[in-house]
Amino acid sequence: MAVIPATWDMYDLIQGVLQAPWYHMVFEVALVLLIVKIYISQSFSPEKTVLTDKEKETLVEEWVPEPLAPDVPDDHPILKSMEKYCIEGQNGKYVTVNGKSCINLASFNFLSMVGKKEIEDEALKALKVYGVGSCGPRGFYGTMDVHLHLEDDLAKFMNCEEAILYSYGFATIASAIPAYSKRGDIIYADENVGFAVQKGLTASRSHIRWFRHNDMEHLESLLIEQEKLDKKNPKKAKVTRRFIVVEGLYLNSGDICPLPKLVELKWKYKVRIFLEEAMSFGVLGQTGRGVTEHFEISPDHIDLIAASLETAIASTGGFCCGKKFIIDHQRLSGLGYCFSASQPPMLASAALQALKMLESKPRILVDLRENCERFHQKLMNMPGVKVIGDPISPIKHLMLAEPAGDPGLDVRTLEMVVDNAMNDGVALTVSRYLEPEEHLPKDPSIRLSVNCELTHEEIDRSADIISQSFQAVLGKLTTRSLDVSSPLNSVQQDNRSLKASR
Amino acid sequence: MNFGSYNYLGFAENSGPCADSVQDVVQKYGVGVCASRQEMGYMDIHKELDELVAEYLGVEAAMTVPMGFATNSLNMPALVSKGSLILSDELNHASLILGSRLTGAVIRTFKHNDMVDLEKKLREAVCEGQPRTHRPWKKILIVVEGVYSMEGSIVRLPEVVRLKEKYKAYIYLDEAHSIGAMGSRGRGVVDYFGIDPRSIDILMGTFTKSFGSAGGYIGGSKRLINHLKAHAHSFIYSTAMSPPVAQQIISSMRIIMGKDGTQEGMRRVRQLAWNTRYFRKRLHERGYIIYGNKDSPVVPLLLYMPSKVAMFSRETLRRGMATVVVGFPATPLIETRARFCLSASHTKEMLDEALKIIDDVGDLLRLRYSSLPPPDFTEADIQLIE
Repeated sequence: MAVIPATWDMYDLIQGVLQAPWYHMVFEVALVLLIVKIYISQSFSPEKTVLTDKEKETLVEEWVPEPLAPDVPDDHPILKSMEKYCIEGQNGKYVTVNGKSCINLASFNFLSMVGKKEIEDEALKALKVYGVGSCGPRGFYGTMDVHLHLEDDLAKFMNCEEAILYSYGFATIASAIPAYSKRGDIIYADENVGFAVQKGLTASRSHIRWFRHNDMEHLESLLIEQEKLDKKNPKKAKVTRRFIVVEGLYLNSGDICPLPKLVELKWKYKVRIFLEEAMSFGVLGQTGRGVTEHFEISPDHIDLIAASLETAIASTGGFCCGKKFIIDHQRLSGLGYCFSASQPPMLASAALQALKMLESKPRILVDLRENCERFHQKLMNMPGVKVIGDPISPIKHLMLAEPAGDPGLDVRTLEMVVDNAMNDGVALTVSRYLEPEEHLPKDPSIRLSVNCELTHEEIDRSADIISQSFQAVLGKLTTRSLDVSSPLNSVQQDNRSLKASR
Repeated sequence: MNFGSYNYLGFAENSGPCADSVQDVVQKYGVGVCASRQEMGYMDIHKELDELVAEYLGVEAAMTVPMGFATNSLNMPALVSKGSLILSDELNHASLILGSRLTGAVIRTFKHNDMVDLEKKLREAVCEGQPRTHRPWKKILIVVEGVYSMEGSIVRLPEVVRLKEKYKAYIYLDEAHSIGAMGSRGRGVVDYFGIDPRSIDILMGTFTKSFGSAGGYIGGSKRLINHLKAHAHSFIYSTAMSPPVAQQIISSMRIIMGKDGTQEGMRRVRQLAWNTRYFRKRLHERGYIIYGNKDSPVVPLLLYMPSKVAMFSRETLRRGMATVVVGFPATPLIETRARFCLSASHTKEMLDEALKIIDDVGDLLRLRYSSLPPPDFTEADIQLIE
């Protein structure tokens, strides 16, 4: 019985207070007050600076913000080259620039779907039914039957349970990653992933562990490291999700990810794989189902595949596919899906038709592969040029075999090569990067895309022109660099102004 | 009857001059572009579009992006960065929030449309500088929307412009819901308040709503646009706009500007303004609680109880009216609402029919909460063009 003694204590206390002498009470109260004071007051409080209104006014008046945008003159090299290469008409296998028709080796039109009559007809049919815009997000009366058809067909094509359609390729992977990976989770990402993936990683606010490009040993060492950390803190490990983010075919280097090894690591260390197939969808594999088919791995091993409809399919938009419960999560938490208007129905039906054509004519993939290999062979033997990329990849990067060491200068050199080739009827492009925002600095290159409809004669001719352009520019640079007042100096100056403007 | 889509001016049509011009463009250009603007994806039709948008907005230059959401999230990082401050309205759209996060700048929010709070935060920011180091901010960007799609409220633009000038901040105005739908000439809230568009630093908007197409734009000084063209993510890493989509914008914009030689554009702008006032006034009179400004074509009707949300949507749909209902988490838990989006293609008969349906459902669900007298605005101020 604990209650009764407590009452007795209380009684004693009250009795004690009543019977205590007054000086004792005063002393005790003073002590209590002292304790309270010490508890409340801080040890040392420097005088707080409180600004008067007048001082604030002067501060506001004196503050000079930076200009909103740095001064970019109209003749900025990038703007100049953009205006110079403005396309007239269709961006197909042949393209008209400045009134001159060129073989197009710059756009990602791998399967030559741009300008196909069947696709245009389907798009026009959709236009007659739906108009152009959908006027609402998917959740708010922006879903049309073509969107659902396209999602179904894409899922079937990729042998997945479900697919989700985005209205823009860039937004697909950039929304998909943060839909799953949150603050505190861990993402293992290849150092060479494209910019859209990098933005997705930033938006997820997870811990990013970069592994060297296609270096599986490095990835495994990172995974082992994490395993050790997990043992120390199993509680935290239990709630941390882990993802590997890789691209099927790397845009920045034209090579293929070692998927079998990745899948092996995935099961061994219990990590999920997100595969970005913007470049490999409709390109790799016997029937164009991407890198999973290329390695004959079931898509069930991959947790999420994201791909773009803006490359081989030549429409606008992108999609993710995988297991139903995984994809459904994005319908409420994929930012680019929920809060953006849906894809214009006519572009969806264009994509639908392109997909049908790809399914019915797998022959174009054989042509594409042959063309890629033939082009690769041609480029390999070019003096002064280094080719990066897999022989079967439709993306090839041409770099200078002996770079000047200054990326800006190399870009200018490559731009001159592009100009030269353009004059002779081959449209090329220098790969553009936003240097300060990229994870790694990128080596300057000319990025070449192969089209499946190029004939052998066209490939040989364009390879010759590219080779000649390189020779012409490199030859000019070496002879002129002896002369101090040469155009090379102006190139360097241009280059400096370009840097300053960044 | 569709009261759910953002088809403000009724340009989402499958026939008529816009659809015809789009058809021609598909035949000439095809559908795909397959390249980014800086990498051989820049077409003459894009150039035409950029120039037309700049003229429409009354600014020096403009640029366009194929997705409205991406216009915010891919271009904001080129404007501000670490060491800058973003002051964002608490009810801003998800794309603005994502864009702000991707910039790396410090983000602070102010109370919705509360200019006193904004001024307080601006003053504090300029006086205190960056947290911990107390260095002055590089720049301060105020991010607001023209019309808030969930509230139907209109930004207090004249006030924001005054504060911006006083504190030397920059304004990022997202006109996604107001461009085409507000103002006497359909040029958005800038036009509605009669403000010089050049006094707004960054004018952003989308083509999804009033123009019946897809994509977004940014307009501003030549210097700003040049910078964006050279450094924005959307110009380097993502595909350029599909030609038919661009053509739809060009055609509908030319109609609004009256460049087709008819008054069709003005007729639609006036009709929408009239519809808005008419519909809002009738709802007020019937004792519903309606949020937002009298001229905002987005009309939220408060349902309050979460359980009424699905019922309202199903009952109106059953009676032939498509509406959007919004609940938690897009709104506070107890402020669930139905949202009507008016369009210039709604006729008076359709509006009356819609009101009848709302009355039916409203009586069923007991939604007439308001006991206030209806406000004294009238649709008679707006002259319709036949």
